[in-house]
Amino acid sequence: MLNRTQISTLLVAAALGGAITVSRADETYIPLISKGFQHQFWQAVKLGAEQEAQKLSVKISFEGPETEAMVDKQIDMLSADLAKHPKAIGFAALDSKAAIPLLKKAQAEHIPVIAFDSGVDSDIPLTTCATDNIAAAAVAADKMAELIGDSGEVALVVHDQTSRTGIDRRDGFLNEMKAKHPKVKIVSVQYGGGDQLKSTEITKAILEANPNLKGIFGANEGSIIGVLHGVKESKKKLVVIGYDSGKEQIEAIKSGDEAGAITQNPIGIGACVVESAVKALKGDKLPKKVDTGFYWYDKSNVSDPKIAALLYN
Amino acid sequence: MAEPKTATIEAEERVATTFRAQVFGSIARQKLFAFASLIVLMVFFGFASPAFMQVENLLGILQSTAVNGVLAIASTFVIITAGIDLSVGTLMTFCAVMAGVFLTNWQLPLWTGVLAAIATGAMSGLLSGTFVAKLKLPPFIATLGMMLVNKGLALVVAGDKPIYFSDSENFSTISQGSMIGYVLPSLPVPNSVLILFVLAIAASAVLSRTALGRYTFALGSNEEAVRLSGVNVDRWKITIYVLAGAICGVAGLLIASRLNSAQPALGQGYELEAIAAVVIGGTSLSGGTGTVLGTIIGAFIMSVLTNGLRILSVPQEWQIVVTGVIIILAVYIDILRRRKL
Repeated sequence: MLNRTQISTLLVAAALGGAITVSRADETYIPLISKGFQHQFWQAVKLGAEQEAQKLSVKISFEGPETEAMVDKQIDMLSADLAKHPKAIGFAALDSKAAIPLLKKAQAEHIPVIAFDSGVDSDIPLTTCATDNIAAAAVAADKMAELIGDSGEVALVVHDQTSRTGIDRRDGFLNEMKAKHPKVKIVSVQYGGGDQLKSTEITKAILEANPNLKGIFGANEGSIIGVLHGVKESKKKLVVIGYDSGKEQIEAIKSGDEAGAITQNPIGIGACVVESAVKALKGDKLPKKVDTGFYWYDKSNVSDPKIAALLYN
Repeated sequence: MAEPKTATIEAEERVATTFRAQVFGSIARQKLFAFASLIVLMVFFGFASPAFMQVENLLGILQSTAVNGVLAIASTFVIITAGIDLSVGTLMTFCAVMAGVFLTNWQLPLWTGVLAAIATGAMSGLLSGTFVAKLKLPPFIATLGMMLVNKGLALVVAGDKPIYFSDSENFSTISQGSMIGYVLPSLPVPNSVLILFVLAIAASAVLSRTALGRYTFALGSNEEAVRLSGVNVDRWKITIYVLAGAICGVAGLLIASRLNSAQPALGQGYELEAIAAVVIGGTSLSGGTGTVLGTIIGAFIMSVLTNGLRILSVPQEWQIVVTGVIIILAVYIDILRRRKL
């Protein structure tokens, strides 16, 4: 029995050993802690960071909690990464205030912190690489108004009501409508957790309740995929506007099921983090904020190389 | 109390005998085994990376175990009765949010707020326990329902956004301060860890030295026999769920104090991590056996694994796979060992 136990233990140890990547001590190591890793968006940020890291010959790692609710898991990740005494650190805070004690520790150890995505409410990060989500959602609102003839009923399917991106995209859209398109009426704002299936059900319910609906805005990739499915299942025809990219969304735009979407520049965000960190290590002065940009894309420019480079499948 | 006296004594004696056998027999060995696995893991990670064995990182591991450890203690009680509590994670969150309401919105004194948050947990446990004992709902369903109720209530009460504890200055010291560090400055073990250990010792004492503990085991071994010996089964069962709920309240305070905020969207999924810790620690899901010490070791195995893989920069996707494999392996080895006994 004991032998079998020992064998199993050895097997596990060997399996672990195989998975380890040996790191050299003299390499510049920069861990990036994001808000997630499973969504295609974060994978694109990771790709951008990896490409930039290779260019500047530094070593990075990229981690994030399984859901954007897991604030404590993200803090554990930050804590484990600080124990490795990295040269610099990239951080997309789920909750800025919760991370302050650890960020202070990084500051005390003179580890430069680069914030990305929604940023960190504090003076500690040297710069923030992010999209201006409020301005981007306002563009989505303008396009929506234009496509429905500047009047009628519109609904929103948003990923959540607690995260910075959820709040900014919702408010950016709502405020722009209120200020510039008074005849457009927002009849419903619902939250689907970025889950495709939940967002589908929500969309169907909205369509059921509002037969005169002219358009729906889905505020992230998961939400808009749900909206597309919900509209299809309800066999309705209306103006659908999305956010980010992903294969399904790009195809919907090409086929005309979706009018268009806002894309951020996730690869640019990843590259910006690594580039800023390396600059900080050289002692360069960094701007307080780097707007990594956003673009409106639709059927007409989805294949344009400039746009295609920002989209991920 | 109309219990026939002799029957009660007999039942208690029977329970005590089986309990003694468990302590000196399989359970003791299980604990040794779990402890050995923990040491093997730590030695492995220690050799694999110099960063792992640093005091700072070990303190980080201790701190990251505190919340899951406390939730796992709550789960241990329920699982020993052959029940399951799926509501521990979101109940923790709801208690954290209520602590925010008591301390930040109502400006209650710190200790009143703390006790009220624990009472919130106990109240929710009272509901779960009543559903299980009186309405005869299967524990899985009753606590699944309560998991969703707590999750929703946390969002409603908090108004969908975090509640911060910036007004009550001492609140963060519940988790982040260090009483041990005050005595031994070189070893600033966070209070959350101290609370975990104190709670573990208390829970262990309840399980092994009180009537409640004896009935917890007895209900898991043979509920019908306990009922037939004239014991008020429903009352003890409800008490166990109330206790588990109150312990979730403590977890809620720990997480809120660590994050200095009550995060209303957190908590789902934490019940499964707690159950994993309990099972790795040798408590059987079919009830009747288990120890708090085993559970604590199980919780540490989970967090050492998470931290170690992270320190080694194992890609995150593989971290998840390895954690799953270890859980299956740990429980399988336990089953093999039991068969040999």
